[in-house]
Amino acid sequence: MKPAPFDYYAPTTVAEAVEKLAELGYAGKVLAGGQSLIPAMNFRMARPGALVDLGKIKELAYIKPQADGSVAIGTMTRDTAVEEDEFIRKNFPIVAETVSYIAHKQIRNRGSFGGAIAHADPAAQIPALAVLLDAKLKVLSTDGERWEDAVDFIIGPFMTTLEPQELLAEVVIPPLPANCGCSYQQVSRQKGGYAQAAAIAKVVMDGDKVKDAQVVLFSVGETPIRTEQPNKVLAGMVPSTELIESVAEYVGANECDPGTDLHGTEEYRRNLVKVLVRRALLDAIERAKK
Amino acid sequence: MANKVKINVTVNGTQYEREVEPRLLLSDFIRKDLGLTGTHVGCEHGLCGACTILMNGQAVRSCTHFAVMADGADIKTVESLGTMDNLHPIQEAFMEKHALQCGFCTPGFLMTAVEYLEGNPNPTDEEAREAIDGNFCRCTGYENIVEAVKLAAKKMADH
Ligand SMILES: Cc1cc2nc3c(=O)[nH]c(=O)nc-3n(C[C@H](O)[C@H](O)[C@H](O)COP(=O)(O)OP(=O)(O)OC[C@H]3O[C@@H](n4cnc5c(N)ncnc54)[C@H](O)[C@@H]3O)c2cc1C
Ligand code: FES
Ligand code: FES
Repeated sequence: MKPAPFDYYAPTTVAEAVEKLAELGYAGKVLAGGQSLIPAMNFRMARPGALVDLGKIKELAYIKPQADGSVAIGTMTRDTAVEEDEFIRKNFPIVAETVSYIAHKQIRNRGSFGGAIAHADPAAQIPALAVLLDAKLKVLSTDGERWEDAVDFIIGPFMTTLEPQELLAEVVIPPLPANCGCSYQQVSRQKGGYAQAAAIAKVVMDGDKVKDAQVVLFSVGETPIRTEQPNKVLAGMVPSTELIESVAEYVGANECDPGTDLHGTEEYRRNLVKVLVRRALLDAIERAKK
Repeated sequence: MANKVKINVTVNGTQYEREVEPRLLLSDFIRKDLGLTGTHVGCEHGLCGACTILMNGQAVRSCTHFAVMADGADIKTVESLGTMDNLHPIQEAFMEKHALQCGFCTPGFLMTAVEYLEGNPNPTDEEAREAIDGNFCRCTGYENIVEAVKLAAKKMADH
């Protein structure tokens, strides 16, 4: 058999799950959709002593609109369920759009929304989206609950502030402001493949001037990168093509840290960032005006 | 030695109760424990799609699941589609359009297409391509597979 042996637990409630995690400590690991963990175990790159499978915990899979316009997504909500949800498509179209770029249907049918954030793959869509949209994360353990902003939760490649006895339970996405447009842009070797570089933009307009312009990059550094130049240059301005070009140029040169691998050189990826930031900003501004 | 776990799964309409090691992959459970060798394994890490099955009606990779995760699930493998003298429209379409050569990838394509066509009975060329973007074929060059998916849609509509 490919994976190394492990003990398996399949609790049906959150209370049981956090108890089991507390008991197992460093030997325990959460199994969510398994779409990242099981391949890693098949290679024996991961050899957890015990898995706590969240698959049977019904109370962790939901999409709940909140009174303040935000949406609460239970960690075990599968990517496909998020992508196809009517409320999400209407109120957070960028979430459905971004999720649709993850791998292939067979993987999105099983991969979980929260699991992707807990996994913190620098090439993954959902952690970057969570950072862009200022998502708040609910973390549970036998000590109770704590809340953390996605941007603080992700601390390195495949690294978060989660302790072994903790469980990511819920992701809350605050409402998008009025006159806001978002855009997802990536380049990958093939449809469904990991992005070589990607940018997600969120722009709020005030008439024909930019009020706020946020761009998060991923796959070009150790974590999702919240860039600063777009808002520094564009806030309060009428966004001319020249301004956007100059912002994109700056971000490609100074605000990302791509490496060189089989699929592309650092130089190539910096160039991709430049192109993708420009496309994302232009598209987001167009959408914000509608 | 890890604990063994009792599971209950329905595969192609038959209910099975088995004790399995937690690390047993669902693909190996289907092939070795149940003897249903129609489900093929290529990469065993989620990349190639050869091991695609339906779990509660959704296409998933059986190599990125442990058998224990399928406890209580309803599973369909390629063996559920048709018989030699009564092929499923998708199987007919693959045969008529020469959508296979060695056939290794075919079960995965068929199961992927079954799920897809249920929700999208009339795919365009572009959509048919997208539907199978998670499956590798090293022989055909994909053109005939895309043709077969579209023909299957037509056959299923006429059914
Ligand atoms: C061929 C292939 C292509 C892929 N392509 C992409 C892609 O393009 N983009 C992309 O973003 N992803 C991609 N993925 C990964 C996929 O999206 C994963 O499903 C996802 O990243 C992790 O979610 P999961 O639910 O499967 O988590 P699992 O694999 O079950 O878990 C991943 C890690 O997170 C931890 N974890 C999960 N949930 C929790 C929780 N609630 N609390 C605490 N810890 C938790 C686990 O312990 C584990 O360490 C791909 C996977 C495959 C096999
Ligand atoms: S064998 Fe499962 S995806 Fe390749
Ligand atoms: S027919 Fe040989 S791999 Fe597809």
